Amino acid sequence: TQDPALRGQSGPGSGPRLARTMLGQVVLPGEELLLPESAGPNAEGSAEQMLRLGSIVRPRARVVCGPGLRRCGDRLLVTKCGRLRHKEPGGGGGGGVYWVDSQQKRYVPVKGDHVIGIVTAKSGDLFKVDVGGSEPASLSYLAFEGATKRNRPNVQVGDLIYGQFVVANKDMEPEMVCIDSNGRANGMGVIGQDGLLFKVTLGLIRKLLAPECEIIQEIGKLYPLEIVFGMNGRIWVKARTIQQTLILANVLEACEHMTTEQRKQIFSRLSES
Amino acid sequence: MAGSWERLDGRQTYDYRNIRISFGADYGCCVVELGKTRVLGQVSCELVSPKLSRATEGILFFNLELSQMAAPAFEPGRQSDLLVKLNRLLERCLRNSKCIDTESLCVVAGEKVWQIRVDLHLLNHDGNIIDAASIAAIVALCHFRRPDVSVQGDEITLYALEERDPVPLSIHHMPICISFAFFQQGTYLLVDPSEREERVMDGLLVIAMNKHREICTIQSSGGIMLLQDQVLRCSKIAGVKVAEITELIQKALENDRRVRKEGGKFGFAESIANQRITAFKMEKAPVDTSDVEEKAEEIIAEADPPSEAVSKPVLWTPGTAQIGEGIESSWGDLEEEEEGDDGGSDEVTILDSVKMETEDQNVGNHMGDDTPIVLSDSEEDEIIILEPGENPKKTRVQANSQQGKVSSKKAIRKKKKQPAD
Repeated sequence: TQDPALRGQSGPGSGPRLARTMLGQVVLPGEELLLPESAGPNAEGSAEQMLRLGSIVRPRARVVCGPGLRRCGDRLLVTKCGRLRHKEPGGGGGGGVYWVDSQQKRYVPVKGDHVIGIVTAKSGDLFKVDVGGSEPASLSYLAFEGATKRNRPNVQVGDLIYGQFVVANKDMEPEMVCIDSNGRANGMGVIGQDGLLFKVTLGLIRKLLAPECEIIQEIGKLYPLEIVFGMNGRIWVKARTIQQTLILANVLEACEHMTTEQRKQIFSRLSES
Repeated sequence: MAGSWERLDGRQTYDYRNIRISFGADYGCCVVELGKTRVLGQVSCELVSPKLSRATEGILFFNLELSQMAAPAFEPGRQSDLLVKLNRLLERCLRNSKCIDTESLCVVAGEKVWQIRVDLHLLNHDGNIIDAASIAAIVALCHFRRPDVSVQGDEITLYALEERDPVPLSIHHMPICISFAFFQQGTYLLVDPSEREERVMDGLLVIAMNKHREICTIQSSGGIMLLQDQVLRCSKIAGVKVAEITELIQKALENDRRVRKEGGKFGFAESIANQRITAFKMEKAPVDTSDVEEKAEEIIAEADPPSEAVSKPVLWTPGTAQIGEGIESSWGDLEEEEEGDDGGSDEVTILDSVKMETEDQNVGNHMGDDTPIVLSDSEEDEIIILEPGENPKKTRVQANSQQGKVSSKKAIRKKKKQPAD
């Protein structure tokens, strides 16, 4: 009988497949993926074997399970639909990171994410900030740069806040702060007056925040502007006039579905007018 | 929006968003997109006993559901107010206007009538649910076909879809709801409010009208005081809008009918436009190859014809011959190296491939393979000729001389001289 790991890319429902062969392809929730055996004495012998936890002590590459994947025994279980991606380990050991590039509009708070929130309530020492998740996050008034008990930050209900999460899990209410670990604001805090806040999908935000994103460079050449990206799908834009701000907002929303040529056309038309 | 008043998406006051109607494979199934607001409508029918008070009329049943994927605010059990309001409005618009002939739905008076059920699901909420829902409902009803029935005495025969073609419902007119949002106590008016505009509006006026300019339903909510001429103006605008939308609906229905008749492909897979998400795509830089052929032809036409190959070889020593004088080196003045000339056009490749930094192997290959290179004392000599006697590999030299290959010599001052093997 054929070892299931060797079957590779057979038809659907034929058993778990190798993670390596599925890179860049669409995976659906419920699929199981096998990890290749790390470089060990048996690597050359049998092609890929399932990882056996707690078995012979062998140098085993540590594979990190990213968003959309979950460890299930010795395999990876897909929990979101999207494309499977892999990143080689940069420095030392490890087997790299596997994750699923999925698209969604609804945000789930994650620790360390920088988000834009709207202050909805002020109660004593705490602000309640709506970040688009299932619960409003709490923000202490001392979590601003230079804030003390006497020197309170000037935050009103309805203000926009750019901060990061320090506590974000499914069991507790999320908490955010506007300072980094050194106590400096580092760009976080209350976002200024005017401007426009609008919502896009999470995948678009990740694309725009990728290093050397063409869209951002081209937008920067169009008009002088201020822009803040929140990982919860919210973007705040401010340009010199309302007209320009609206144009920028509409262009960014449309970038989701535009191809490169269409985008370049639109930008060239805008820069002419 | 201080100062100049503009809508966020650039529309004018009376502009509607793009309306797209697509039909499914079944009769009576459609998806209506009003901008980003999407409503799915499905019509189904069943034979039931009629109501006692209306023994000769069929039964109509409307149901609008707000799916949880439409907006984060829609959770099971948390949407009741909005839901009740929308359902009531839809019922008044479609039932009380008698747009569907319920008498024609009667099969046997008092015993069997058709119950037509319209289910609407909101798939995405971007404002103005009621307009999209009313369009979806009427389009689904117009698209629907019910099975054919024949009555003979006491026998009722219900024909299956394969036996007899299904029959469309008899629809008198198409009522469509048009929404008007009011801001600042009735000062400003917007048609087809988007979700953000709906959140900040003061009041909403909904007028349901058909293309014959008959008002089927009118409802004002939000508690704003409207003047008489405002309402009249709104009804005029509604008349214009309804005419446009009705025309769009007719066109869509006609298209679908034609496609089905001609046997083409129909259904959601064909009609819903493919929207590709480009956020995850790695784009390749596009190379414009559209006019490569013309450019290449131009270059070839304008280029000088290659020089005539000189056929007479000049024999320097046994084993070394030269064909042609070679052209001037076009590499310019190179500081460290002086490139000799190549002989003729056969050896064009050598000029290209042999560069200053290339390994000696390359040069060795062209120069009769692993021959040691003797640099002459004189710096003015550009051409260095190898003496065959110093060549350890006789066979190779012979091969060279026999083939008459030109072993081009270059006076290349090498940094490291690799001995031949």
